[in-house]
Amino acid sequence: MTDVFVNIEIDGKPLQARKGAMLIEIADANGIYIPRFCYHKKLSVAANCRMCLIEIEKAPKPLPACATPVMEGMKAYTRSALALDSQKAVMEFLLINHPLDCPICDQGGECELQDLAVGYGRDVSRYQEKKRVVKDKDIGPLVQTDMTRCIHCTRCVRFGEEIAGLRELGATGRSEHMEIGTYVEKSMVSELSGNVIDLCPVGALTSKPFRFSARAWEMVQRDTIAPHDSIGSNLRVHIEGNRIKRVVPGENEAINEVWISDRDRFSYEGLYSAERLTVPIVKQDDKWKEVDWDTALGYVRDSLRQVIKCHGADKVGALASPASTLEELYLLQKLMRELGCHNVDHRLRQCDVSDQEYAPLFPWLGQSIADLEYLDAALLVGSHVRKEQPIANHRLRKASMRGAAIMLVNPLDYELNYRVAEKVIAPPSKLPMALAGIANALLGRTDGSVDAGLRQLLAGVEVNTPQRAIAETLKERKPGAVLLGNLATAHREAATLRALAGAVAELSGSRLGYLSEAANSAGAWLAGVLPHRGPGGKALANPGQSAHTMLAEGLKGYVLMGVEPELDCWDGRASLKALDAAAFVVSLTAFRTPPMDRYADVLLPIGLFAESSGTYVNTEGVWQSFAGVISPPGEARPAWKVLRVLGNHFGLADFEYGASSEVREELKVIIGELTPCNHGKWRLPDHLRPGLNGMERISEVPMNALDPLVRRAAALQQTQDVADGAAHVNASTARSLGLTAGVQIRLQQDEGSATLLIAIDDRVPDHCVLVHGAQGVSAELGPWEGPVTVQRH
Amino acid sequence: MQAIKNYLKSLLLWELIQGLRVTGRHLFRRKITVQYPEEKTPLSPRFRGLHALRRYPNGEERCIACKLCEAVCPAVAITIESEEREDGTRRTTRYDIDLTKCIFCGFCEESCPVDSIVETRIFEYHGEARGDLLMTKERLLEVGDLMEQEIAKDRAADAMYR
Repeated sequence: MTDVFVNIEIDGKPLQARKGAMLIEIADANGIYIPRFCYHKKLSVAANCRMCLIEIEKAPKPLPACATPVMEGMKAYTRSALALDSQKAVMEFLLINHPLDCPICDQGGECELQDLAVGYGRDVSRYQEKKRVVKDKDIGPLVQTDMTRCIHCTRCVRFGEEIAGLRELGATGRSEHMEIGTYVEKSMVSELSGNVIDLCPVGALTSKPFRFSARAWEMVQRDTIAPHDSIGSNLRVHIEGNRIKRVVPGENEAINEVWISDRDRFSYEGLYSAERLTVPIVKQDDKWKEVDWDTALGYVRDSLRQVIKCHGADKVGALASPASTLEELYLLQKLMRELGCHNVDHRLRQCDVSDQEYAPLFPWLGQSIADLEYLDAALLVGSHVRKEQPIANHRLRKASMRGAAIMLVNPLDYELNYRVAEKVIAPPSKLPMALAGIANALLGRTDGSVDAGLRQLLAGVEVNTPQRAIAETLKERKPGAVLLGNLATAHREAATLRALAGAVAELSGSRLGYLSEAANSAGAWLAGVLPHRGPGGKALANPGQSAHTMLAEGLKGYVLMGVEPELDCWDGRASLKALDAAAFVVSLTAFRTPPMDRYADVLLPIGLFAESSGTYVNTEGVWQSFAGVISPPGEARPAWKVLRVLGNHFGLADFEYGASSEVREELKVIIGELTPCNHGKWRLPDHLRPGLNGMERISEVPMNALDPLVRRAAALQQTQDVADGAAHVNASTARSLGLTAGVQIRLQQDEGSATLLIAIDDRVPDHCVLVHGAQGVSAELGPWEGPVTVQRH
Repeated sequence: MQAIKNYLKSLLLWELIQGLRVTGRHLFRRKITVQYPEEKTPLSPRFRGLHALRRYPNGEERCIACKLCEAVCPAVAITIESEEREDGTRRTTRYDIDLTKCIFCGFCEESCPVDSIVETRIFEYHGEARGDLLMTKERLLEVGDLMEQEIAKDRAADAMYR
């Protein structure tokens, strides 16, 4: 694509401009400021605020800079008498109905209208009549409205249509009766809804959790990285004293553009939960006692040594949250391996890791995040991308808007905010078969040489119409990608899904990519928090046990880092059982929970998001380091410092780090110049299982139940994306079981059982029951998938 | 000629008489010495003394926690914390003025959009213990309640010049 340039002149300054660009873009790029309210570089042009009126030579009237394309020889004057006059006139009109309540407005001090009123407003209003008052709308727990302040720039309306993909907000009425609101009284349910707070130039839409708690001029701004998904959105946190008051997006065109998900924006509230642990505590004679760090770490050292002496180092295991920083993960595996223990893992929500030897260096997206936007076809396997990686979903949405075919193979019929070209919905046990159908359809169209094992595996697999259509589309449209999501990696037969997805990608000539689970899944693979690989992906001679095996088979000692195993692991019930039976459990944790009180022997308080320095590696493989921006509460310390001092207590060599950056540099040297590659990184299974016949359970982790921090963020917990404790079935299954919504049932899964209420949810396939993961009842039931029986209670 | 004049003046103690005339005049004039503390000088309605937080006649506190006074205070003597009150209004949870820092410039009063923080005519106050000169929200409101009539009268007197 070659750009044609034209010569224009703004305020007498000769400039080159891309043909077709709007004047305001050129002015912005060249540091010439034109006042505006409705124009936003990421949204379509509306030209309805008229604030950017400027004078253009040979034009009879002033023209809006945001909607005037540049032309050869155009001469624009942004500060001429005519331009200023029109801008001042527009400002006077805007201020007619805008209330003078800046002192109680949260936008006061950072308001675009306030700023421009200083430059373009009159000192005294000529308007004597009554001002307009608009009733407030309640649009949910995250965004506060004050609609009287609205100046009808329609940025939020355009955001809803163009970015969030939901026509949630709209304008009703005309002229003075125009109002912005939801068409019917309801909440905004977009996972990106918080962005309207940043978009709104006035105080009409502000942050509800932040409301009235600080002023823009009191806070300092610091940069950090989002800890909840594998995208690594850039964040700016606003701090007053030692407290995070709010979080806004940092601009990074390659990653999150200018948007962040609500989860990243509001999760900071979890830092101030009453469950925060602030001093190290040790359990002695079943009583918890507050101790100093030295005593606590000495106790950990003695107890771990004792367990290793009595039961052997292979009876000790370490489980780390994949949202820990690279440095923490590296130090944890270094410590454990120095003690002779290879049972370290971060894949808490994965059950089937039988193909781990074949796995790529780290779960790599197979392309850059920005590339997702330019795909022409994408097949998502086991992914609720809209809630799991909202920013990746936004890129895919942009691709879809351009005409790309986005296709799904999912256990639940998720609603995406764009058109889904084709979809195959199958219960978890039949998911591999569903994917195999696509692979088989592709096999039929492949004339080149194909692995004999694959041909044999797929022989006789039925292909239905949507599967054939998906295969055709993937084969024909390039570039294409097959993307594995969280539900695929958490699948009981994840290795089979990986192999089949790999085969589909290979046969169709698409890229294979992982939308990895957590903020630092990729970092954890690089740091070597894996039983079979050390830092930098070096294969180990004597592999340890995976997270699932450690908890299913039970060890004598556990080291936990940022984990609540009953909620964060694949099988909550088995996890609790194993931990209760263990001789010694130490948990590095930011929160103290009742189960922890029961199973743990030592709780060490650590810092969370924004409280410690570190590095996250996103799914694209980009390393993003950040500094700690606030200090952890009380005696809590960043986990890397705790692990470093614990290493000193054990008398280990090379544990003298002064800063987390030293740890990172050490790891960087070990990793060297490795580049990720997903090609051929899977293992074909021996055969395909046909799937279960009776009722089976499906699990997903709702967006706002993901990790310990989010689960404690008050406002996010009032949204719909939380674990609701219900048993979801579709209407026809409910009918066949003789159940209706609200009926109490007894759900039996293996040895576990729980009493739940029925909720009707037509996203669930027939003969399945959806019970959310990451909640208490899930821990009572057992693994996230498997056969269940339903009984009326 | 001038020399003779000067000589006569000094001989007849002319300057002394001149000085004594002034003294004598004042001796018989009305006295302006104020017998403080029994007597006090009159104060301007604009007098800037001890601070107070005012209420509306219905008892509702005026302050809306806009924090303009905190921002404008050149001595950084004001500390405010705010939150949303149950009825949805913006209110302070803390409003402290450190009188040991305050320079009584009156900017806080100038900046207040709701005439909440005011400086009263009280200038005789003292502290005996550490912290006595830290005016909390409660104490400021107490002063306001006590002095409301005078405060209101003073604002009214000055209103036409503002």
